[in-house]
Amino acid sequence: MNWLSRTVLPKIKALVSPEPAKETLWIKCGSCSQMIFHRECEDNWNTCNACGYHMPLSPAARAQLLFDANSIESISVITAEKDPLGFRDRKKYSDRLKEARSKTGDDDAISVAAGEINGNPAVIATFNFSFMGGSMGQTVGNGIVKAARQAIQRQAALIIVPSSGGARMQEGILSLMQLPRSIVAVEELREAGLPYIVLLAHPTTGGVTASFAMLGDLQIAEPGAIIGFAGRRVIEETVREKLPEDFQSAEYLKEHGMVDMVLPRRDQKRVIGSILDMLMSSQPAKAAE
Amino acid sequence: MRQFLDFEKPIAVLEGKIEELRHLSSEGDINIADEVSRLQSKITKELTQAYAQLKPWEKVQVARHPDRPKITTIIADLFTDFIPMAGDRNYREDHALISGLGRFRDKPVAIIGTEKGHTTEDRIKRNFGMVRPEGYRKARRLMELAGRFGLPVISLVDTAGAYPGRGAEERGQAEAIARSIQACLNLKTPLISAIIGEGGSGGAIALATGNRVIMFEHAVYSVISPEGCASILWRSADHAKDASEALKLTAKDMMALGVIDAIVSEPLGAAHRDPDTAIKNLGDAIANELAEVEGKSSQELIADRRAKYLKFGSDDI
Repeated sequence: MNWLSRTVLPKIKALVSPEPAKETLWIKCGSCSQMIFHRECEDNWNTCNACGYHMPLSPAARAQLLFDANSIESISVITAEKDPLGFRDRKKYSDRLKEARSKTGDDDAISVAAGEINGNPAVIATFNFSFMGGSMGQTVGNGIVKAARQAIQRQAALIIVPSSGGARMQEGILSLMQLPRSIVAVEELREAGLPYIVLLAHPTTGGVTASFAMLGDLQIAEPGAIIGFAGRRVIEETVREKLPEDFQSAEYLKEHGMVDMVLPRRDQKRVIGSILDMLMSSQPAKAAE
Repeated sequence: MRQFLDFEKPIAVLEGKIEELRHLSSEGDINIADEVSRLQSKITKELTQAYAQLKPWEKVQVARHPDRPKITTIIADLFTDFIPMAGDRNYREDHALISGLGRFRDKPVAIIGTEKGHTTEDRIKRNFGMVRPEGYRKARRLMELAGRFGLPVISLVDTAGAYPGRGAEERGQAEAIARSIQACLNLKTPLISAIIGEGGSGGAIALATGNRVIMFEHAVYSVISPEGCASILWRSADHAKDASEALKLTAKDMMALGVIDAIVSEPLGAAHRDPDTAIKNLGDAIANELAEVEGKSSQELIADRRAKYLKFGSDDI
């Protein structure tokens, strides 16, 4: 998958295809059911203009949101061995991968890009929840290692935007090994003295939270995002009590001291930009300019 | 009263017969020695056959056997002068996680382990071996201490997983696990980890990101329990057996995938039949692994660990 097939071809297809179907013109808010005109939705970075609900945002749109205009450079991630365990449940893992690839047009659940935020060099690794629930297997691990190493090479900040159900069961123990592996990656970055910001998008759970996603220098969460180690249902079955409505929400986590702030999309670039301005003000690479 | 697993039923019948004979002979003067030894050799044959070809799902049952040696027993047998250390200095003491100092074959070491509990009362106190954030934070505290005083760390893992509870979530279960893995990676001294029974997902890797990782022959190590995997991918926990095969969770699988460095053999009929032999084998295996890393500098140990875990994916990033 390259820039040509990912970006240009769909645009050409869109140009030559007939009028888009009605349902794509109007998008229904997943929270308040308000109908939002698609342009307006895009202009608001997929947030509802009536209730502020944050809908999923594609990695490409996320890059547009955070990076300075015209600074975005896509970074390729190596695809790991396809199906290391020969895993099969009701479907073969290799078939699930194929389906996810044709559905999303991506190779796996992570996209990496470099660019500038307020003029500060940054590398962003973004999860795509619509690719097998954003689950973390060896290729996603490759993406995190790649992003951290690119950040070090470019003397850039690292921002990871997780949105994931956790480890990818179909890669068994090899997906569990991505927990320490991804932490090694962020440790390398830490040693290089570069900032690491985690921007938690809905939902972020399981093995992803139990590794790199909870180790940011700053932890930012999107409004309403569900973030937690164990799933709500599992906890309810274990403790046999009704959990609060907002349990594991970004706002709940903030009240429990687990994230620094809950930040709507319209403020993300400005605030992250300011953080990087301050954290990177004494970076040797920047001072030398 | 010994507990028998489903596939051990023929053995249970044979052992029942021996019991009956013993009962009879205590009443009369019947000479039962010949019959008993015949039955014994039959049991040995049955056990050898059954355990030589355990299916993954059977391994799961063996790994969870209530009589499988517990971590406190292992600590009592393998370490001398054990000095337990309690608390995370923040919230509370977690009885599911044991930590302390002790001597392993005369050399001082730090020990971390998960304890499932022996009796019903003890199991409740230990939360069935499911650790809460404060337990992982206690482990981190111990690793930092061990690093400062040059003590190797030995971690013994037997847990279904980290505890999924409301309080655990509110106090940052995920963060606690992540920091514990980070502490393992940054430890300045050797870390030898052993999977004793169940190696349950994040709750296990939190303590088992070692320089050398070993595992009992019939232990299991998995990213998710077969039941959990089945209920998500098959939409029914009834498919746990299928999931246990698909997940590749046995010691042999771990060896083939490069996750562990050695398999610790278990006595005939698994560790629950003869805990002493199992624990002795474990002690020898730990000694072997410690010898492997002896003399390495802190930098080498940290670099080795990083390389070990970075290799789970593509090399040429």
